[in-house]
Order: sequence, then structure tokens, then C-alpha cells
Amino acid sequence: MNLLMLLEMVAQADPDRIAVTAGDRNVTYGELLRRASELAVEIHPDDAAAAYLGENSPEAVALLFAASMRGVPYAPINYRWTDTQINEAIGRIAPVSVLTDQNCSPRVRTGPAVRRMGRTGATTAIAVTPDQDAPGVLLFTSGTTSAPKAAVLRNRHLVPYVLDTIDFLGAGADEAILVSVPPYHIAAVSSVLTSVYSGRRMVQLASFEPDEWVRTARSERITQAMVVPTMLNRILDVIDSDGGGLPDLRHLSYGGGRMPAAVVERAMRLLPTLNLVNAYGLTETSSTITLLSPEDHRIAASSTDPAVRARLGSVGRALPSVEIEIRDETGSSLPAGRSGEIFVRGDQVSGEYLSHQATDAEGWYPTRDRGYLDGAGFLFLEGRADDVIVRGGENLSPAQIEDRLVAHPAVADAAVIGVPDLEWGERVEGFVVLDDEAVRPEALQEWVRAELRSSKVPAQIHVVDALPYNETGKVLRRELRARLAHEGALG
Amino acid sequence: MKTGTRLVSVACDTEVMVVRSADVDLHCGGHLMVDAVGERSAAEPSSEFAGGTLLGKRYAHAGSGLQVLCVKAGQGTLSVNGVALSILESKQLPSSD
Repeated sequence: MNLLMLLEMVAQADPDRIAVTAGDRNVTYGELLRRASELAVEIHPDDAAAAYLGENSPEAVALLFAASMRGVPYAPINYRWTDTQINEAIGRIAPVSVLTDQNCSPRVRTGPAVRRMGRTGATTAIAVTPDQDAPGVLLFTSGTTSAPKAAVLRNRHLVPYVLDTIDFLGAGADEAILVSVPPYHIAAVSSVLTSVYSGRRMVQLASFEPDEWVRTARSERITQAMVVPTMLNRILDVIDSDGGGLPDLRHLSYGGGRMPAAVVERAMRLLPTLNLVNAYGLTETSSTITLLSPEDHRIAASSTDPAVRARLGSVGRALPSVEIEIRDETGSSLPAGRSGEIFVRGDQVSGEYLSHQATDAEGWYPTRDRGYLDGAGFLFLEGRADDVIVRGGENLSPAQIEDRLVAHPAVADAAVIGVPDLEWGERVEGFVVLDDEAVRPEALQEWVRAELRSSKVPAQIHVVDALPYNETGKVLRRELRARLAHEGALG
Repeated sequence: MKTGTRLVSVACDTEVMVVRSADVDLHCGGHLMVDAVGERSAAEPSSEFAGGTLLGKRYAHAGSGLQVLCVKAGQGTLSVNGVALSILESKQLPSSD
């Protein structure tokens, strides 16, 4: 089995169904398969991968299947990187054929092992025996804490999930999904696979912009979409100000970072009939491993039990095909309610990089995310293991302190980090974006102390205009650390 | 039969891919299925195994655990040891992408 098979089946059964809408252009499933065959011819037989550099486009979708036709992985590259980073990444997966959009064309340095794909329009039947162990996709991790690593996702990690959970051609004729996450994000890859197999029309936005997102959702009668946390609040701002709602949208999933419960509650208030799904997953786990379902959202929002209500801030429960375990520093499994590192196991879990295999002998993958399970199996995220602040031997979760800061009426956004400290090893410092400039940092420290232990009170709170985020909604803590180090050097 | 193996019917257009392997012989239309590279004969589905296969459906044999995905539909019925395979419904999840 391979990725190509998913498209072949749909193109065979319903070739005239629209697969991709990009601006005024519509591409049917039959045309998508034909375009994939054309691109496959341009992938050199010696290549180890077919890379894509550019914004969302029907070509990127076709290349994913073209690569599968050739038996090599599809490798979407982050176009927001610098030219140096881009060419370094492409060099790491060479020999490689590279397809770009128009804007990115000048950015690729070609050479004997890095070839540019053109449009020859030739079609030749290529027969590669589908191999479930062959790599289907190479994705570079976001690299918020370290240099990006190339994760390997094989056909057997990607295809069974689709076959198990998606009804073949199960999408109604009116269904359309709005794709605004960039093509190099795992959510974009998994969205292509599930949308294709269900025969759902994919409406692509070249890149995310909130007004354009809302306009497209209305004009294309979008029925479902996936957004990252930073996108959702900006979409809600647009809807809140123009009052137009999203009449056709039935289903909105969010993930890719921690979503403040306040934003979820705002979405439920502004779009009360919408089905919300919170999904947690990683590149290395082929996307989603836990889900907070629409029903979970409604039960939590209407509950008077604080433990149930708190689940609105969770990422839900493990998929039936996935196991989750919380472990301490010694590797021992922890009971419900105890925080530790999140380990995951299942058929879709790869945990493999070009450089090494990160799963243990029993197949468990250490996510480097911290969190805990409640008594009913709902998973609560506490941030990256590397972000944990160790103050005087006590492990402090930035997430808990950030949640408390954001709950203050004057605070729009907050992040806390650990700063090297002679006395404590590390001390807590906070960054806040204020809605009300009049509030004093001391009042915010007092606000934290009133709810949490005094060890969790930030020693200093810095007021900033905005927090640094990457384009998929992850706060860049290393930039905050660098900012403080810089100020320290000056001061 | 290895996972990922493609098998074709000699009696109709049915093609399947093995999703979960088992050590059994798979028939379609009452005739043994062959490797996709093998030759087809002109045999017709026998009357008791002529219910047809549906594209995109997964079929399972409870006794052995065999699971196959129909990648091309035909007129024959899939069977193991004279027992027709049953359709396996997908475990639909709320869409997360």
C-alpha cells in the first residue's frame, strides 16, 4: 500500500469530482492524478526525494502523489526559512528533484544532486510496486527548541490511519475544507490524505490572512477547516466585528499548539452551532494522536464540576489505535494526575529521523512534551519538556503560570521562561502583552501569588507589544531568552 | 499473503489489496484469486458467489483475521473456505484536519 493508491481509487471511481480549488482554478480528481503522472516523469530515477518549496497550490498536492508513484518521499520545505536554511535542508535530502512556485524559484541552488522540475507535459506509465515500508513523506520538524530534524513517515504510518477512520468517497457533494496551514506542516499533509480519500474538495489559501480566510470561508461555502491557535483568535476578531458569522461552517478543528481555554469559550459563544475538535499530534506521530470531540466540548462547557469543565483546556483522549503513557525522569509510568513526559505508541507513530530512530525497543516515542492525564484519560499539555523551569529543585510548568496571567482581565497574552539565577539555578520571568496599560507588574505578580505557590510568581514581568510566534502558532521562547540575554549584556 | 499484496479475480474485474495478512486462500466469484501480475482466465463468477464487490470497502474474514481493501469493483463475491467475507465499517472519528 502507498499514498498513490488513495488518489488512484478516487480518480477511478469519480474522476470529475473537484479535488482542489485555488482562486479561480478547479482541479478534478482525474486531472490531479494526470498531473501527478506528469510530475512523476520529471523525478529523476536516482532521486531520494521530491521536494516542494512554495505556498499551498494544486501542484504541491499533485507532487505528493507523483513522489509516491516514483516510490520516493514527498518533502515540503519551509519557505519562511532563509535561503541558507532552505538550501542546507535540500542538501540534506539530496539527490532530489525540486518543484517551486514562482516566488520561490530563484531561491533554490541547483547542482548535480539538486535538480529543478519543469513542466514537460510528458506522460509515461511508471510502475513502482507499492511498498508499505517505503518513506511516503519527509517533513522537517519546526525546530522551536533545536535545529530542524527531517522526520521520516512511511506508507505504513500514514495509510492505515486513513483506511481505518475515513469512509471512501464518504464526503457529501457540498463538503469543502479550507486549507490555510502551510504545505510543510504535518496537518496539511494529513489533511490532503483524508480529504482525498473521502473525496472532499480542498480549498487552498496560499497563506493565512484572517480577512481573506473569512471571506473565502463564506464565498466557497466552506463546511470544515483546521486552524492553529494564533489563527483562531484572529478569525474570531473578524467575525466579532462584522457580525456575519460563518453560516456553512459545520466543523472546525484546532491544534498545533496550546489553545487558551478563553479562546475556545469565545469560539463557542460566537459560533454556537459549530462542532469544535481539538487535536494534538506531532510530525513524528503522523499528526493526530488525541482528540477533544465536539461532544466533549459541550459537556465540559455546560458542566458545573470543575474537573469536567477543565477539560475544555485539555487536548482530549487518545485515539483508539494509540496508547499514551506519562513517565517520570527515571522512565517509570506515572498515575493519573501526575505530570511527566508524554510517551506515545501506535501504528502511526514513526519517531524516525533521517539521522536516527527515537522510539525505544517497545515502540514508545518520547514526545518531549510534558503533561498529565486526568482520571478519565483526558490529556493536559504543559509545554515542551525543555521549557520546564527548574527553580531550586522544583519543576515549574510555564503553561500553568501563563494560563494564570492570561486569565487577568488586563492581560492579552503571556509567556514565561526560566532565566539562569545564581541562587535558584533558574528563576521565573514573564512577558505580557497588555489590554490595559494601566495595570502594574506588581499587581500581576500578586494575581499569580493569589492562585499559585509563591515559587511560581515571576521575579520580573516585562511588558511587550507582542510575543514572538512562528507562523504555526508556537511561541518562540528562545527569542525571549535571547532578548533577556541581550538586555543583560547591555545593562 | 503479505500486507500490501494486490490480488486480482480471474472471474471478474475485482482487485483487492491485503490490509491485514493471514495464511488463507482468498477466492473471488468462487475462483482462487491470483497475483496482480498473473494471467486472468475467462471464468465467470459461480452463481453462489456473484454478489459483487464494492470499491473502497474493506472486507474481513473473522476466522483468520484477513482484511482486504477493494481497489477495483467486480461482480464476484470474496470468500475464504466457502465463507463469504463481510464488510468492515470504518471507525469514523471527528475530523481533526
